[in-house]
Amino acid sequence: MRKKHWYDYLWIWTILYFALGFFNILFAWLGMIDFLVPLLIALFGGGKAFCNTYCGRGQLLNQLGSCLKCSRNAKTPGFLISKWFRYAFLIFFLTMFGSMVFQTYLVAAGAKTLSESIKLLWMFRVPWGWAYSAGTVTDWIAQFSFGFYSIMLTSTIIGLVVMGLFKPRTWCTFCPMGTMTQMICKIRTKGISR
Amino acid sequence: MKKSAVVDRNVCVACGACTKVCPRGAVSVYRGCYAVVEETKCVGCGLCGKTCPAGCVEVKERGDVK
Repeated sequence: MRKKHWYDYLWIWTILYFALGFFNILFAWLGMIDFLVPLLIALFGGGKAFCNTYCGRGQLLNQLGSCLKCSRNAKTPGFLISKWFRYAFLIFFLTMFGSMVFQTYLVAAGAKTLSESIKLLWMFRVPWGWAYSAGTVTDWIAQFSFGFYSIMLTSTIIGLVVMGLFKPRTWCTFCPMGTMTQMICKIRTKGISR
Repeated sequence: MKKSAVVDRNVCVACGACTKVCPRGAVSVYRGCYAVVEETKCVGCGLCGKTCPAGCVEVKERGDVK
């Protein structure tokens, strides 16, 4: 078996991220690392090194699915792999991200008050007030934290469900970050071969 | 070695799950676009195919590959 490196333990980061956000929601901002680093690596010619090597979520799904055998290891259904689903999910995800940023803007502009709750699966509002003491930071910074943590937790829940039902890393087939970075890589590669 | 893994580049999401399980280090991801199998290293064990979440790796007879 190949030697383990420090980056083989990044799944701990994913658990740590959610644990930190459980106690203090402002840690949700750290999730921006998982958002920006893959895009920057792809944009600057590093390919999908993030997905391939550094993605803590992919590693966590693999740890649970393969090492702890929590996955049925069944074939991923065709529609989840299809291109239209990948792109539709990406558009949906970005729309939801945009809506979250808009909510943050509304709070910043004073049109809305800070909501100390997170929204799971874009539907279920869960009170999360214990993770924030009002007034610690400007309201919009806290609002973004709640919104961003919601997105991170929601996508992890979906990832865990499809991990259990299908292959450990089925989430990767429609992960919006994966779709975006692969798009960047394909465009770059076309540019080079031209 | 009669068999070798073949990747459907159109379906591959380049997640790299296959590269991690290959006991021979024969699979790599090309520029973040798709996985490629180094035929001289591949022994056709099929581990990559079993791991692939997109189901895009198949073990085929070498004669059918080209």
